[in-house]
Amino acid sequence: MTTQIVLGAVAYDPKVVTIWEGFKAWFADQGLDFDYVLFSNYERQVQAHFDGVCNVAWNSPLAWLEAERLGARLGRRARAVVMRDSDCDLTSVVVARAGAGIAKLEDLRGKTIAVGASDSPQATLIPLGWLASHGLEPGRDFEVVKHEIAVGMHGDHVGGERHAARDLIEARVDAAAMIDANHLAFSADGTLPAGSTVIVGQTPTYDHCNFTVLDGIDAALLERFVSLLLGQSFEDPRVRPLLELEGLKRWLPGRTSGYALLDDAITRFGTIDSWLDTVSRRP
Amino acid sequence: MKTLDLGGLGLDRGGHLLVRRALAEVDVGGRVQVEGADPALGVHLRAWARGRGHGFEPGPPPIVIRTSLEDQRWSGAVAAGDAARPSERASASWGLAARGARVEAGLAPLEFPLATRDQIWTDDAARLYARAAAAQWDPETAIDWGAPFELPDAVETAVVQVMTYLIENEVAALIVPARFLARIHPHFREILQILAVQAADEARHIEVFTRRALLKRPAPGLSTVGGQTSLRTLLEEPDFALASFLLSVLGEGSFLSLLWFLAEHGPDPITRQITTLAAQDEARHVAFGLSHLQHHAEREPGLRARMANAVEQRFAALQHTAGLNEEVFDALVLLAAGSWEPGAIARGFDAVVALRQDMDRGRRTRLARLGFDAEEAERLSSLHTRNFM
Ligand SMILES: [Fe+2]
Ligand SMILES: [Fe+2]
Repeated sequence: MTTQIVLGAVAYDPKVVTIWEGFKAWFADQGLDFDYVLFSNYERQVQAHFDGVCNVAWNSPLAWLEAERLGARLGRRARAVVMRDSDCDLTSVVVARAGAGIAKLEDLRGKTIAVGASDSPQATLIPLGWLASHGLEPGRDFEVVKHEIAVGMHGDHVGGERHAARDLIEARVDAAAMIDANHLAFSADGTLPAGSTVIVGQTPTYDHCNFTVLDGIDAALLERFVSLLLGQSFEDPRVRPLLELEGLKRWLPGRTSGYALLDDAITRFGTIDSWLDTVSRRP
Repeated sequence: MKTLDLGGLGLDRGGHLLVRRALAEVDVGGRVQVEGADPALGVHLRAWARGRGHGFEPGPPPIVIRTSLEDQRWSGAVAAGDAARPSERASASWGLAARGARVEAGLAPLEFPLATRDQIWTDDAARLYARAAAAQWDPETAIDWGAPFELPDAVETAVVQVMTYLIENEVAALIVPARFLARIHPHFREILQILAVQAADEARHIEVFTRRALLKRPAPGLSTVGGQTSLRTLLEEPDFALASFLLSVLGEGSFLSLLWFLAEHGPDPITRQITTLAAQDEARHVAFGLSHLQHHAEREPGLRARMANAVEQRFAALQHTAGLNEEVFDALVLLAAGSWEPGAIARGFDAVVALRQDMDRGRRTRLARLGFDAEEAERLSSLHTRNFM
């Protein structure tokens, strides 16, 4: 049984190296043998996790569901052990231009909506699934314009949402979907000029990333890893820069109650079905 | 529960300042109910609170619940000394912070080699800086560049040669403080400020001497190996106190006599004006050097011996060089003479001899102020470079 935590993470930005190098040094000081492997996309990471290349994966919400569903097919069990405080209770919004006559969801019928990359939970899958659950089927009841930036990174790259926002302001589309925090950021930085947009709808809350493990990981090793993370304090000047880079104030125990919206959406759209078939049929 | 009304102000246009202020007024766990007319208020407030570790309830009206997470940044923060008076030793962990500021813990140490008060400080620093800042002049307007004058060809050549010599000395006088400026801990901000203004003074001197040299000629005069070798020993001195002693007390002190000489004997109004203004600046450079070295010598008993040693070493390094170049010496004589008439040359020669005596007297006086006895002051003054600076 290995006594080393090998974390898998997706290299969506150069800062990812800074983050995990920092964690590696900090874990070493705490006496935990920790290393990390970087992947170019989440599908590669989930497969590698099942292949034992890593024993913990820093998963996007979609990657979490991929691991959960792949586990179900292969007779393995995935668990979400830790997440960030900032991963909990997110919402996405659908936004239209002010004065364009779009005030409620029903007004989106027959219109065009810009979204992020096709695998972005927050900017594509969750808002589209949520609209569908309100009787607005994408492609049938409204047209979808996707921004396929950094596909495989599950929307970790903000580019897709920014493009959707620009499409809206420049009237190439009638509405755009984005996470609540980006609506605030784009409004504050002028991408969405003050007063130029209205929020047509807001999804219920959902959760974002988590550290995922599979059955078979050494229990004591996992317990040590989890308790070290949960013990990290924003007060600690050695840890604080790492938490700031990773965008959290404190770690929380993992929960899986916040993935239902995304689960419904990918079931509805069949988003990962063919990937699951391919991966689960591998020799 | 506290209630905050943002009116029409959104979080995308600064509303978070009011939310932050309201949160500061409740205890940890306290709730602030936020009302306002912005339709995006609830959406934005949720995202804002989540990003800062505060709790959130959607309402309506939405409520933010204060946590202590944001305040934790300041646990372990330290004051970067006392705003009113610099510390004995400035800490590398203060970095570039203003003196007396609160510095977040965890800053990577920023090492400045000169971080000890005794090495660099003088209680006169703030006053000397203020005086220097108030005495800045604009070369464009302070000097009457259009003043008409006509000099004999040879006298103009002599002026150009003296300017050429002055310029390379001014360059050394700029580089030396500028190099130490970057090595001094910014906790001692008055010292940084003094050195910065001193460098700016030298920049002006370079400008006006260059402008005078090129006023009637297409190029400056001659630059000798001996003159440059002497200046280079100043650039190479790594110790702040010793560099300051050699440059400011002995070098710029001697230069002061030279500039006064040129202000008196300069054959044209522009030469007299620029050397008068430069001399005023140099007097401050000498005053700062003397002031911090007196302060330093009171605290380091061995400093005087080190200073004497530095003069001897520099003498040894330069004794086989030509010293002051003949071109400059002769140019000074001719410049003071104003013509080729033998009687005038004799007067010019006497004036230059008097200049050297004046420099020697000045050096001995300043050495005495640093605590050297008369005999030692006389010996050290005689060992000072023949190149003046
Ligand atoms: Fe000067
Ligand atoms: Fe000077």
